[in-house]
Amino acid sequence: MEAFTTHTGVGVPLRRSNVDTDQIIPAEYLKRVTRSGFEDGLFAAWRKDETFVLNDPSYAAGSVLVAGPDFGTGSSREHAVWALMNYGFRAVISSRFADIFRGNSGKQGLLTAVCSQDDVELLWKYLENNPGASVTVDLESRTVTAGDIVARFEVDDYTRWRLLEGHDDISLTLRHAEDIDSFEAARPSWKPVTTQPA
Amino acid sequence: MAKTLAEKVWEAHVVRQGEGEPDLLYIDLHLLHEVTSPQAFDGLRLTGRTVRRPDLTLATEDHNVPTTEGPITDPVSRTQVDTLRTNCEEFGVKLYPMGDAEQGIVHVVGPQLGLTQPGMTVVCGDSHTSTHGAFGALAFGIGTSEVEHVLATQTLPLKPFKTMAITVEGDLPAGVTAKDVVLAVIAKIGTGGGQGYVLEFRGSAIRALSMEARMTVCNMSIEAGARAGMIAPDDTTFDYLRGRDHAPKGEDWDAAVAAWRDLATDEGAEFDAEVVLDATELSPFVTWGTNPGQGAPLGSAVPDPEHMADDNDKAAARRALEYMGLTAGTPLRDVRVDTVFVGSCTNGRIEDLRAVAGVLKGRRVADGVRMLVVPGSARVRLQAEAEGLGEVFEQAGAEWRLPGCSMCLAMNPDKLAPEERSASTSNRNFEGRQGKGGRTHLVSPQVAAATAIRGTLSSPADLEPVSA
Repeated sequence: MEAFTTHTGVGVPLRRSNVDTDQIIPAEYLKRVTRSGFEDGLFAAWRKDETFVLNDPSYAAGSVLVAGPDFGTGSSREHAVWALMNYGFRAVISSRFADIFRGNSGKQGLLTAVCSQDDVELLWKYLENNPGASVTVDLESRTVTAGDIVARFEVDDYTRWRLLEGHDDISLTLRHAEDIDSFEAARPSWKPVTTQPA
Repeated sequence: MAKTLAEKVWEAHVVRQGEGEPDLLYIDLHLLHEVTSPQAFDGLRLTGRTVRRPDLTLATEDHNVPTTEGPITDPVSRTQVDTLRTNCEEFGVKLYPMGDAEQGIVHVVGPQLGLTQPGMTVVCGDSHTSTHGAFGALAFGIGTSEVEHVLATQTLPLKPFKTMAITVEGDLPAGVTAKDVVLAVIAKIGTGGGQGYVLEFRGSAIRALSMEARMTVCNMSIEAGARAGMIAPDDTTFDYLRGRDHAPKGEDWDAAVAAWRDLATDEGAEFDAEVVLDATELSPFVTWGTNPGQGAPLGSAVPDPEHMADDNDKAAARRALEYMGLTAGTPLRDVRVDTVFVGSCTNGRIEDLRAVAGVLKGRRVADGVRMLVVPGSARVRLQAEAEGLGEVFEQAGAEWRLPGCSMCLAMNPDKLAPEERSASTSNRNFEGRQGKGGRTHLVSPQVAAATAIRGTLSSPADLEPVSA
């Protein structure tokens, strides 16, 4: 995973709540067997609407998405994270994220920054009044900066450490392979296996 | 100390705890399907890793499969299914492919094989894994990176979830189902209300539900934003499991039941949050908007966004009504549909099909309405055939299909056209979920069947009696 320390890029105001993962990438785009190329499906239905924010050339190069509450609800598809990252997004700011989406983002190096809804409103206004303006997301200091706005954001310590270091979870877990071995040795013998009936 | 069901299952699976780190949790059962697994297997190949426990892993083909006879015609869908077959072969994972007697929707297959058991941890790269919580298992959806993690290590690093009790007391009125209960819960707590929580459904109304109805309730926990939904195992659970292929036998069965009986939440255990519903006040529930929290009793009208207090709710409701082509104040019973879809991991099991057949028997689907009945698995289809339900569906004018996820998410050829309106027993009414521009109303199987007969959103109570 690519490490994340700080990122500065064009901020995109997305004034919608409950942006579910079917909106981030509809099911018809999920049929690929690779991790790349999903940017064509990002917000596919909304991008057909010429007033949609990413169709405004000022925001087209966006890399910091500022969205309404309950971002990433619904399906567990990690393709939603790949689509955002394949497009060029490195961070999403919202007052509330769905759990699975947030977990998936943390695995891929997409920062999900939880700001208060008041700060989200300030960022929306600033980015709408200054199309194409930059936003800086600093993971070290847990702050979002845009113009005169400086907002604190929340991210848990462990995810922050992993993102700053660019650690991959599987390698971290495999350091404890012996613990897994001893846990397995103590499992009840009647627990089911998929390979044969009980 | 008194503990909740979720806490007991969690603690029994902790492999390792470290200061400032998430717990490392052991996974008892890992289910796979073709959509969220290819990149995970690719990751294993790139790093030279293997599947640690193929014997705790099971794959089935469900999202892309056609529900009519014949092979997959869409080449991209076919590649995805072929990729799953190649991966399962290469890594030694058991797969139930299209046409196999055990094939079906992953969340229907696990329970019917008896693989889902109380006190287990169950994961799948699919948000509706919460279904398995009906057995008192801790079951939750994961992303593809986590699928790779479980394949490689049979564990997941996780921070403990918070616990929420959803207590539903009293007798459900006639015609009110598990689907109505869970839609009412989601409307009450919202699509983000369960965020970070495991919901434990409790109370006399929940105890009275069959296993299949309990699966419907837990299935939709994710639509309230929860990580998982659970119900304490009891005799209903044990009766369902006894004798199933993968359920313990003989002395093992006795040992297992003894352990399962200890799982229920202890007297005096504290939940982080509690919600109470009165079962006697519930009625058939339908959604009017574009998220599962935008629902209302069938007897009410399309709500007016201008009367909503919260600005975000107001804006979301305005957008939803525009997308859905609905006007505030229209009685929901006057909303005309084009298609009725019965199926999915929410309501595609045999009891759901029996309920639908019970309403359809002796009646005809309204002119101009298309009705699809898609069983959740090959076994469900066989059982329905044996009971003569397939015949009832066909005589009523419905299409009786082969098993799969089908129109729940339209990855196969079963789709809504733009502005086509459905009453659907599935779980998500998101924009475009059932096909680009399609409009979805989530309903129970009984409401789906009555709607098919009348052509407008209806419950069986709205139908004329069948003449003998």
